[in-house]
Parts: sequence; structure tokens; C-alpha cells
Amino acid sequence: MEMIQIVGVGLLATVLVLIVKEQKPMFAFLLATFTGIVIFLFLIGKISAVIHMLEDLAVKSNINLVFLKTILKIIGIAYIAEFGAQVVRDAGQESIAAKIELAGKILIMVMAIPIITVIIQTVIKLLPV
Amino acid sequence: MNVDVNAIFQIAGIGIIIAMIHTVLKQMGKEDMAHWVTVIGFVVVLFMVVSMLDNLFKEIKTIFLFQ
Repeated sequence: MEMIQIVGVGLLATVLVLIVKEQKPMFAFLLATFTGIVIFLFLIGKISAVIHMLEDLAVKSNINLVFLKTILKIIGIAYIAEFGAQVVRDAGQESIAAKIELAGKILIMVMAIPIITVIIQTVIKLLPV
Repeated sequence: MNVDVNAIFQIAGIGIIIAMIHTVLKQMGKEDMAHWVTVIGFVVVLFMVVSMLDNLFKEIKTIFLFQ
């Protein structure tokens, strides 16, 4: 029952944050960040299993591995950006969080450029001249 | 998972103890010492969090970015 473990850790950390926040808000922020990291580290093992499955599937169906690599990179960027933005938002800096999210979106767009190019070329090939 | 949960307790404990020491030193009239204690405690906890964050980013890199 890993779900119960995670909920337990979350509730416990919330109570500890509430206790520490009264005295030292800085420590409360670091504690919240640390809890987020712990839960994320716990989840990343599970995510890797899913990704290995996807990799196997891609190899079996002869898809160009560059596409899979790009998609995985995009997912990684999305996770990192979301995590960072939420931590910064916790500290009350809404505008910096918005900029982190913007940077994540733009980097994803840049990563996707090769795929978009391939799609456009395919569509142009299909069109009757 | 056990080690990580211990670290959460560690950080909360450090926070509470630092707050106590801060209050005691303030009562004794040593304001500057109290602030130094807070700063050192903060740096220790920050070091723990940053090393853990480094760990997390390395994991993400190995899993998502094929490196």
C-alpha cells in the first residue's frame, strides 16, 4: 500500500510545516520543498517502469527512436517545470512561477520543432500539386 | 523510503530547536548570536534540501533524457 505511505508522509509533513511556520517561515518552506522532493523521488521509480515499457513498444514497432527520445525529453521538462513552479508558488512568488512555466512551454516548443517539421513535410507530400 | 522520511523529521526538528535557541538567546540579550544561530541552521537545512534536489534532478535526467 504505497498510496497510504505517501498520504501519511504528506499529512505528517503538513503538520510539521504548520508547527515550524509559527516560529520560522523559512524552515517551513524548505520542509515543504523537501517533502515534495521525497514524494517525487518515490514516484520516479514507478515512472521509469512505464517508460521502459514505452521504449520496448517503440523498438518493437520500428518507430524512429528520435521521436520517442524527444517526447520523453518533453515530458521530463514538463515535470521539472511544474515542480519548480509549484515550489516557487508555495513561497508566494507568483510572477516568478509564471515565468518558469513560460520557460517550460517555450523549451517544449523548441524541442518539438523537428517533429513539427516532419509532420508539415508529410502533409505537403500528401497534397496534390 | 525510510531514510527520506527520517530526513523530514530531521528538518522539522532542526527548525524547532533553532527557534528555541533563538528565543533563549534573545531573552539573554544576545541578539546578534541569535541571528547567527538562525543563519547557520538555515544553511545546514538548505544544504540538505539542495543535495536532495540534485539527487532528484539526476534521477530525472537519467530516466527522461537518456543520459
